[in-house]
Amino acid sequence: MNRSLLSVGIDVGTSTTQLIFSRLHVQNEAGAFSVPDFAITEKEILYRSGIHFTPLLSPERIDGEGVQRIVEEEYRAAGMDRTQVQTGAVIITGETARKENAQTVLHALSGFAGEFVVATAGPALESILAGKGSGAAAYSREHHCAVVNLDIGGGTTNFAHFEKGKLLDTGCLNVGGRLMKFQDGRCTYLSPVLEKYFTKDSDPEEVARFLAEILEEAMGLRQGQRYTDFITDKLCKPAPLISFSGGVADLIDHRPQDPFAFGDLGVLLGEALAASPLCEEGRYLRAGETIRATVIGAGMHTTELSGSTVFYRNVDFPMKNLPVARLSGEEELLPQEALISVIRERMEQVAPGDSPCVLSMKGPENPRFLELCKLADAVALSTEARSSVLLCLHNDIGKALGQAIHSLIPQKALLCLDSLHLPESAYLDVAAPIAGGQVLPVVIKTLVI
Amino acid sequence: MNKEELKALVAQMLSELGGTQTPKAPPKGTVQEEHSFPPLEDISQIDLRQQYLVEQPYKPRDFLRLKEKTPARLGAGKAGPRYKTATLLRFRADHAAARDSVFRTIGEDFAKSHGLIPLKTRCRDKDEYLTRPDLGRCFDEVNEKVISSTWKGTRVMLVIGDGLSSAAIEANALDCTAAIRQGLQNEGISLDKIPFVQFCRVGASDHIGDLTGCELLCLLVGERPGLGTAESMSAYITYRPHRGIPEAKRTVISNIHRQGIHAVEAGAHIASLMTEMLRQKASGIDLRQEG
Repeated sequence: MNRSLLSVGIDVGTSTTQLIFSRLHVQNEAGAFSVPDFAITEKEILYRSGIHFTPLLSPERIDGEGVQRIVEEEYRAAGMDRTQVQTGAVIITGETARKENAQTVLHALSGFAGEFVVATAGPALESILAGKGSGAAAYSREHHCAVVNLDIGGGTTNFAHFEKGKLLDTGCLNVGGRLMKFQDGRCTYLSPVLEKYFTKDSDPEEVARFLAEILEEAMGLRQGQRYTDFITDKLCKPAPLISFSGGVADLIDHRPQDPFAFGDLGVLLGEALAASPLCEEGRYLRAGETIRATVIGAGMHTTELSGSTVFYRNVDFPMKNLPVARLSGEEELLPQEALISVIRERMEQVAPGDSPCVLSMKGPENPRFLELCKLADAVALSTEARSSVLLCLHNDIGKALGQAIHSLIPQKALLCLDSLHLPESAYLDVAAPIAGGQVLPVVIKTLVI
Repeated sequence: MNKEELKALVAQMLSELGGTQTPKAPPKGTVQEEHSFPPLEDISQIDLRQQYLVEQPYKPRDFLRLKEKTPARLGAGKAGPRYKTATLLRFRADHAAARDSVFRTIGEDFAKSHGLIPLKTRCRDKDEYLTRPDLGRCFDEVNEKVISSTWKGTRVMLVIGDGLSSAAIEANALDCTAAIRQGLQNEGISLDKIPFVQFCRVGASDHIGDLTGCELLCLLVGERPGLGTAESMSAYITYRPHRGIPEAKRTVISNIHRQGIHAVEAGAHIASLMTEMLRQKASGIDLRQEG
């Protein structure tokens, strides 16, 4: 009986590489006389790795073997084997994601880390994972309020805005602790993004204050447009509460004596933030996790469970990087003929020929049996040319619909999941079923690399 | 106060209770035809999860978010130490719906119009059904004959019984049955000829089991209505049912209704549960289940 998932999270960031192992406990929350309802009820961190500097071969290339060695060593230290790892995510973040060989390193790493460990990247995803890992999302849910989490890493600051637990917005600016590096009190590196305003000889304290002001501007606490020079992705909506995660967050409340203890701007930036209106009483929220927020997000907040009454036949798990063809609410209500052709077209756009593709729709709520059979008919007809039928519904009708489709096309591979909401242009990874085959872990991604 | 004044007062009070809902057309034959009153709202149509009656609430939006998660009558406010009129009337309306559902009879017509075979336990009428549970568990000789001549030797049976809520059966049984039938068909098990048992208790399964020797029997039966819904149905599934079988040997799936698990999805689940029971040759506490 398999009632928990061992999950790994690996974050290869601008300055540091980290890893965590966690256990996600899965429980049937329904009463004994009800249809089962499995959920991830508890998340427990089993092992936190050390915080390693990300090894680079050159400013443009990550030392892939070096990263893999770190991961291997940490697996050994934790006493974990890749065959035990059931789920998780590798994320490559900040400036590291822009290195020439980022994709190669990422894929090698996810393959090494475990069979169902997904490779992810993208500024929005970084922001979301850090926001969830830091505890900002949970705080906003529990206190019914809006929080923006600023994850300040080496090269970038990732913003995630949560309101009552729901993600509303993300953003990313080129503000981080390692935009300047120092050796023996002398500046050895100045990031190109600062060249418009500073030189290597500029006063580092002034640079740190400047960066803090950029964040103030971005959060609407200061007039000015200088932040526009730093936007990598887009700006994020401000909120009344601000929490900080990432390496610099630790330096807001406690700083070492030596301002160049880490050979970068981190300590000075922490000091500048502590004095900034961003950290005013009543606005500043201490995050539960700081430097490990992103890796915790990757390890503990990427896996979701499908609904507990689902249907699958003749499917080989895991399935990875399935593109999603999504029907809008209006399209779902089209008359049968039109529905069939719109499904066919949409799937053809997303996955031409017979390449696998998930059809996503809301599905009828509380349908009559005949209504369901009609939908099953439409799906079966529109996917005639395909060898597999993969469906993902929002309403809890997956098992009944799957059963109805299966009775029409009993030989085909069929997967019919429910209680999932797939955003526009998402990708889906589906792991092998757990809990006696009743429920499937999935990872919904917004970007495939 | 004369009668007219009283009527006007009641109408005024009821219109004030309306809340945010738009008034619905009143049923025919109500006071509306006297055309001196505003249309009355059907208070049982108000979604209780969205009705918050506390005056000058501190955080109304947050409280409504809590209310979304439960059908319990939270935030009903008060008039002195008592319920508000809206709460009291709604309570009585829901109670009346529950009683109606118990006392209303669906019988042969329901069975015939849906191709079911009508059966009846030993109860002669609803009153006897309610006062004599023992009679609701067995059949007279005529019915016994129909049962054994129609289903003797059938391996898997599906039975629909009115139980304590006719409304539950009308709302859910047929859709649920269709989904169960389809699910079992996918496993190569066919269900034909489904009986509808009037004045049915769960124990009627056991008498049917004795008469037919069936291996597995699923009874869809109306649950005793509560104030939340009068349309809740249960499935009692028994492996090798026979008179005297302990209740613990049955598996039950309850809360099949629109706001619970809906009929078709429940049916699909029941079908795979039944398949698993045939494989394990067990039901109830003997069945090993994940979760």
